[in-house]
Amino acid sequence: MSHGAREAPGARRSPKPLMLLAGVLAAALAAFLLVACGDGKDGGVPSPVATGPSGGEPSPTLQGTMPCPPPGSATSLTGAGATFPFPLYSKWIDEFGKLCKVQINYQSIGSGGGIRQITAKTVDFGASDGTMNDEQTAAAEAAGGPILHIPMTSGAVAVVFNLPGVQQGQLKLTPDVLSDIYLKKITKWNDPRIAADNSGVDLPDTDIAVVHRSDGSGTTFIFTNYLSKVSQEWQGRVGFATSVEWPGDIGGEGNEGVANQVRQIPGAIGYVELAYAVQNNLPWAAVRNKSGKFVEPGLEGATAAAEAVSLPDDMKVLLTDSSNPDAYPIVGFTWVLAYVNQTNKAKGQTLVYYLWWAIHDGQQFTKDLLYAPLAADAVRKAEAEIKSISYQGQPLLQVS
Amino acid sequence: MHVGRGGSTTAAALARRRPWRIGNLGDALSRTVFAGLGLSLLALALLMAYELVLESRHSIRAFGWGFLTGTRWDPVDQVFGAAPAIYGTLVSSVIALMLAVPVSLGAAIFLSEMAPPWLRSPLSFLIEMLAALPSVVLGLWGLYVLVPWVRDFVEKSSLGHLSFIPLFDGPPFGFGMLAAGLILAIMVLPIITAIARDVMQAVPTSQREAMLALGATRWEVILGAVLPYCRSGLMAAVILGLGRALGETMAVTMVIGKGYNITASLFQPASTAASTLASEFNEATYNLYISALVELALILMGITLLLNILARLLVWRVARSPEVIAE
Repeated sequence: MSHGAREAPGARRSPKPLMLLAGVLAAALAAFLLVACGDGKDGGVPSPVATGPSGGEPSPTLQGTMPCPPPGSATSLTGAGATFPFPLYSKWIDEFGKLCKVQINYQSIGSGGGIRQITAKTVDFGASDGTMNDEQTAAAEAAGGPILHIPMTSGAVAVVFNLPGVQQGQLKLTPDVLSDIYLKKITKWNDPRIAADNSGVDLPDTDIAVVHRSDGSGTTFIFTNYLSKVSQEWQGRVGFATSVEWPGDIGGEGNEGVANQVRQIPGAIGYVELAYAVQNNLPWAAVRNKSGKFVEPGLEGATAAAEAVSLPDDMKVLLTDSSNPDAYPIVGFTWVLAYVNQTNKAKGQTLVYYLWWAIHDGQQFTKDLLYAPLAADAVRKAEAEIKSISYQGQPLLQVS
Repeated sequence: MHVGRGGSTTAAALARRRPWRIGNLGDALSRTVFAGLGLSLLALALLMAYELVLESRHSIRAFGWGFLTGTRWDPVDQVFGAAPAIYGTLVSSVIALMLAVPVSLGAAIFLSEMAPPWLRSPLSFLIEMLAALPSVVLGLWGLYVLVPWVRDFVEKSSLGHLSFIPLFDGPPFGFGMLAAGLILAIMVLPIITAIARDVMQAVPTSQREAMLALGATRWEVILGAVLPYCRSGLMAAVILGLGRALGETMAVTMVIGKGYNITASLFQPASTAASTLASEFNEATYNLYISALVELALILMGITLLLNILARLLVWRVARSPEVIAE
């Protein structure tokens, strides 16, 4: 009995069809490349690592009024943290690098990652959109002494939606309606409570698909902090943090993930940084602020949120639900986290001069990238914080 | 044993004569090196398991066995439970197998029994190329092509009409268990097809000829001679597919919607252990959180191991069944 394997008739492999197939595939690939290499617009997605400088002269608009680090300072620094300010930090790193010949490497790994890395002292500075809680602060202080939250800029979190027939500027949401939507207590767009604030708008009978962030995020921190302030039930049931237990429905990865899901699912509602809403042409809702005015997310609303708010010296203040009548209610600072007591003099010097430049000269780049510049009071407080950074008791910054 | 006069004899005689001392050293050395390499793989696996257990001890101490049955994943209140992740992992893999196995078997039968020779190699080649697709590429395709199709065609139009069945209840998001099951099916399909085809081609012609001689039709040959003969091989193919489905991360993370709950509905967003790990590990901000995620990884490793062992036992039992032994 023969047990010859592979003896099915005609099983001999003939090279010709295979070569023909390979040729067809190669031709298809070439044709595709030719078509695709047109004027394809870049999506503008930032790469997650920024190192500067990128060569060339500083921008013509840059006024280098702030001093560069003195000789003897380190020529490279590392930082890690929040993704929200990444476009701005990239720009700053590039410009400061061209100006002062310093290379700063910033890894956009998220606020939680930033807090972890600065606590582990694997980076020179961290960055976060959320303030460190007691447990995190204690861990950081045990690792390197007192740690500062230095504000860099602030930004608005837009509530975006996807409702065929409802345009930008037509939807108004009150705080209790927004929190009940996210608590899954209001489940349809034509609910009477939504219609009450939106007379004249044709709201369809669609289910509301609630989209949130599935990864830990400073944007989530700001948004859930706002909901905790305006809803007792949210505060008790969910709370605020970079990552929470959402009542529903869908999680997206990153601001881009949420934007994509809102764009795809009819009836979706989500929250993203303002820049992502603008880039993706997503309509946003006007949210009623503490003074009763419906405000849309934007630079004016974001800047106003920080004004007329008493800023504590440690700047660990959350700008949500601001009492300023022109403020947009869902706004937050983004901070750089740095230790007061630096252990490396050269790096400490570069750090303080970079941060000093960022809160002064760096602010001219914020508006183009849709971030709000720091108000005068915030700059003053930040200056005081930077001046307190020292090495072996001696302050590192030598400017008045 | 009697050593032959003159010239080389048997290997045993050679060994007894031991003419080359260097050869002996070479033997011993190579034996050690290869044994070391083999054992190092085992050591690596054990080390991984050890590290997982070590890192998850906070979570094990805090939650105990309740972790396996807990349904909440709350980083704010520091309460973690793995049940929805385990449920999602198992259910998405089962859906993937249910969808992929019939298609794979059909494709394998076509390729080994019925395809004309000029079609066989190119088609096999193409199917194997499908296995080479990176997971994240498939995930992106799923995000932009599969999910809208599932939402518009499946959830809204066809299966949406069957919403009285709990399996098909719920608003049409597109993202959810069904999309995840479909994408996993696409990923395991080439693996199962390739192995099943090889196994079927290995069935001896004598078996087919014997069936034909008894007057069987083409289909009866396939069902009666080919398939029963390679039963254990087919099962091994399905097991390999299951293994891939259980561990698949990127593609599933992108389309499953990441809702952390246990529902009967296939339309609802769900989570798998791998998708939870991929989404949250980077930003876990405190020790208990990290420890809970590592414990989830340990559970995933345990599930994979358990299912593989059960499957091997099944294959072994089938391979030893009377019909095959009688060959």
